[in-house]
Amino acid sequence: MALKDILTPFTAWTNVFKPVVTIKDPFNDRPGAERYRGFHFNDTSKCIGCGSCEAICENEAIDLVPVEGIETKDGDSGLRPRVDYGRCCWCALCVDVCTTASLRLTNEYTWVTENPEDLRYTPGVDVKPWDNNELGWKKPEPNYHFFGQKRVSMPELHPEQRDKSFIEIVKGYSKEQAILEADRCVECGICIATCPAHMGIPDYIRAIREDNIEEGFKILYDTNPLPEICGRICTHKCETVCSVGNLGEALSIRWLKRYIADQVESEDYKRILQSDGIANNGKKVAVVGSGPAGLSAAHYLALMGYSVTIYEQFSQSGGMMRYGIPEYRLPYDQIDKDVNYILSLGVKIIYNTNVGKDISLSELKSKYDAVFAGTGLHLGRSTRIPGTDHKHVYQSIDLLNKITEGKEIHVAENIVVIGGGNVAMDITRSLARLQNIKYGKVSIIATSLEDENSMPADREEVVEAREEMATINPGWGPKEILIEDGNIKGLRVVKCLSIFDEEGRFNPKFDESNTNFFKADMIVESIGQGMDIEYISEDIKKDLEINNRGRIVVDELFQSGAKWLFIGGDIIQGPDVIHGIANGHKAAVGIDKYLNTNI
Amino acid sequence: MEKIKNIFNWEPDRSLYPEKDENGNLIVDLSSQKFTKVWHGPNHPGTTGNMAIELTLSGDEVVEAKTHVGYLHRGFEKLMERRLYIQCFPTCVRMCVAEPDYNEYLLARSVEELDNLEIPETAKWLRTLVLEMARLQTLLRTVPGQAGTLSLGMGVQWGVYLRDLVLDLFEELTGGRVYHMYIIPGGVRGLLPDGFKKRMEDVLLKIEDFIVRIDNLIFKNILFKKRTIGIGHIPAEWIDKYGVVGPNARAAGFKRDVRKDYPYLVYDQLDFDIATLTDSDVYARSLIRRQDLITTIDLIRQIMAKMPNDGDIKSPTPNVLHWKIPKGEVYVRSESSRGEYGFYTVSDGSEYPRRINLRGPSYTHAVVLLEKLLINANIADVHSIMVSLQTCPPEIER
Ligand code: SF4
Ligand code: SF4
Ligand code: SF4
Repeated sequence: MALKDILTPFTAWTNVFKPVVTIKDPFNDRPGAERYRGFHFNDTSKCIGCGSCEAICENEAIDLVPVEGIETKDGDSGLRPRVDYGRCCWCALCVDVCTTASLRLTNEYTWVTENPEDLRYTPGVDVKPWDNNELGWKKPEPNYHFFGQKRVSMPELHPEQRDKSFIEIVKGYSKEQAILEADRCVECGICIATCPAHMGIPDYIRAIREDNIEEGFKILYDTNPLPEICGRICTHKCETVCSVGNLGEALSIRWLKRYIADQVESEDYKRILQSDGIANNGKKVAVVGSGPAGLSAAHYLALMGYSVTIYEQFSQSGGMMRYGIPEYRLPYDQIDKDVNYILSLGVKIIYNTNVGKDISLSELKSKYDAVFAGTGLHLGRSTRIPGTDHKHVYQSIDLLNKITEGKEIHVAENIVVIGGGNVAMDITRSLARLQNIKYGKVSIIATSLEDENSMPADREEVVEAREEMATINPGWGPKEILIEDGNIKGLRVVKCLSIFDEEGRFNPKFDESNTNFFKADMIVESIGQGMDIEYISEDIKKDLEINNRGRIVVDELFQSGAKWLFIGGDIIQGPDVIHGIANGHKAAVGIDKYLNTNI
Repeated sequence: MEKIKNIFNWEPDRSLYPEKDENGNLIVDLSSQKFTKVWHGPNHPGTTGNMAIELTLSGDEVVEAKTHVGYLHRGFEKLMERRLYIQCFPTCVRMCVAEPDYNEYLLARSVEELDNLEIPETAKWLRTLVLEMARLQTLLRTVPGQAGTLSLGMGVQWGVYLRDLVLDLFEELTGGRVYHMYIIPGGVRGLLPDGFKKRMEDVLLKIEDFIVRIDNLIFKNILFKKRTIGIGHIPAEWIDKYGVVGPNARAAGFKRDVRKDYPYLVYDQLDFDIATLTDSDVYARSLIRRQDLITTIDLIRQIMAKMPNDGDIKSPTPNVLHWKIPKGEVYVRSESSRGEYGFYTVSDGSEYPRRINLRGPSYTHAVVLLEKLLINANIADVHSIMVSLQTCPPEIER
């Protein structure tokens, strides 16, 4: 031990001359760092109330609460997260998981309040001084995600494998693919509200993840007795609202449903759904039409013990699903799979019987305790432009009917289809196949009033049609079918500028100076279908209420003014399979109520 | 003159007390009223956390010591059994307040090992950086803290100030000062902010200056030396017997460091050496920690120079809201500033861990080792000896 050990510590005195380093709060302001995890802010206009933040918070500091001025709507639960600062640990997992990136933490960290209740607040709704603070924790970058953003792509036939045949294009997910896709779901349930049938989507997706197909299958049948069909051709409105779709790609909800249905063999249906031995309640119900609404009503009525008889005008079941949708999208054996199960519950179908012609509605009324009519939209609409009376101008729906029935149809070398919806794509792609078979080449143009971005057809329909060499040329208004020497020469069109007027009414505007000519020797009109309710005789009609848009008015359980008559499906709701299924289900509940209470 | 010298060198006659039997064993008979019971703690005696040592004294000499914990138990290991793996991430950090980052890292590593997940290269460097920064900020407190136990608080003030500068850097990088919540299963939560390296270098230079100053204040201080050299000696044969690790083992000549022995992250790409000494007393352990501080500064400089500046920070993982970890068990470890720090994780294949058990150095150091080490110590040295083991009660009880 040396003398220097006594002296050196005293060098610390030099610090007396150094500047002071402490911060004097609150006199010196010290803002939090750019990434600081301080108080919450939520952009409530972006937030959809999916509740993922609530689900991930390990401290249960978040509750989703109703907020004044924010309404529940498609894709938005109307709820917003409320944070409890008695629990929060500022981990920002809620920010990282947020499906819309609406939630963030600001860099503000001091807050003095006398009222402890203040510390439970709804960010973005309860105004706070830090609301405009742009700094603070946001979802990290790059490539930082808490769940998969990209869809598992669906295996499909290549265009050259499919353009000459009606083989189903979509192959369906394998188990690994389905589980991977199902993993992306955040189980928010936003989709349930938008699905017309309110299917238990997150629940059956969870069943896929857990590889519990039978459980998933039961969940499907709770609300939808046509899963093979819907799993292929549903309009999947659920996917347009899926939370995951806000920053990434929406879940392939439809394909996941199909995956479950595809895994179950027909002979296992009754065992899984425990539908054997339902006691008959002695009451009889007639159903008009075996489309989605009719089949759905029949299914749920049969489960309740009713004897159900369906009257079908065609020789096979399914209505538009079989007679409107081409086989490459919905193979007939899959329709049969769904329908056969419904038949196995004791439901009878009387084919080739047109109610109104072969048997009257009144007769059904007298023979049955109640009637459900889901007769659909089977009348093609015409543009009524000059030339539409030519014999080679067709209605898409008639051609599709004939293709299903295996009847010979006229297939010209050059065809123009008028229409931009899914049915227009169906006929375009069907005819393209037939042209390919007949001529070895495709020459078909589909044109619509709507431009590329607002075409009502599903995007993949348009893309796939192009892959199959059909030309899609949207944004034109048909003016005239040019006919020379009795033969169609083509379609004259003008540029369409807008379709709806300020009030949102159908009132297309054209630029007459911008014209075009599509060469063709056959024209197909596919601009929508109308209903045919001739089968409802006048004495019954007088009990019905018809609204100013020509639609029959029914109550929420689809009971019409004639108490014994329930009406649902496309004639009430417009063309959509899943709406039909939902209507049929509700009508079944309505019929049961009517027959048990006579109201 | 001789008289004055004698006053300074006066030692009490310890031959009579405490009394021993004919075999030389201690007779501790409290009813004899020759002993005193003193509770050291459980209030925070510094920055060490709540823990009590029940001392039996004969005069000023400790004859029995018993460590009591139970003041900080929050049940995190159990809580995690009820949480999704992602939810364990903000929970586990609290198991050690001083160095939360090792908990984050080990949880992430457990999950990744069990689920066979590789993380991006950039994330590996950033993880290493954060773990070294954690060591840096701890040592800034513990090195001068040793003198603090002997009432020389000035170095502690300097250290706390510099630690705050490191916490500023943590805040910039991770968004948090104390609980960083940065290392997440699959990667990390952010790249270096602009200008970070420059600001880091500024702080490192200040810390180097600080080392010179504490050398003068503490390590070349006659009082510090007198109070630490030869005090709290851990015999080499205790090291394995009582599971001693980290600086405590290295001060006894054991070259042990998980970073070298079982390299993880990018430690195998860094050039560094592990300091050892043989004196194994309080002074040697302090010196080892001082050397660790220098090594850490050097490591951070190397990381800054070698690390990639961009790239992915996180690998894609299954959806964290229902991430099921394959059935299995794993022990993962890292070198904290106190020594080997490991997680033993068992998964039953569900979304929740079946068991996460922390193997922390403080359990053996503060309970098994400390109780032995304090025998025959002077009451005035108890605190110094305890702190020299760098015991961390929150980690013992978690
Ligand atoms: S996760 Fe985001 S979008 Fe969903 S409720 Fe929370 S703040 Fe809103
Ligand atoms: S910051 Fe963490 S603790 Fe706080 S509300 Fe969000 S998830 Fe919950
Ligand atoms: S499918 Fe999409 S909307 Fe539906 S529960 Fe899952 S994440 Fe939510």
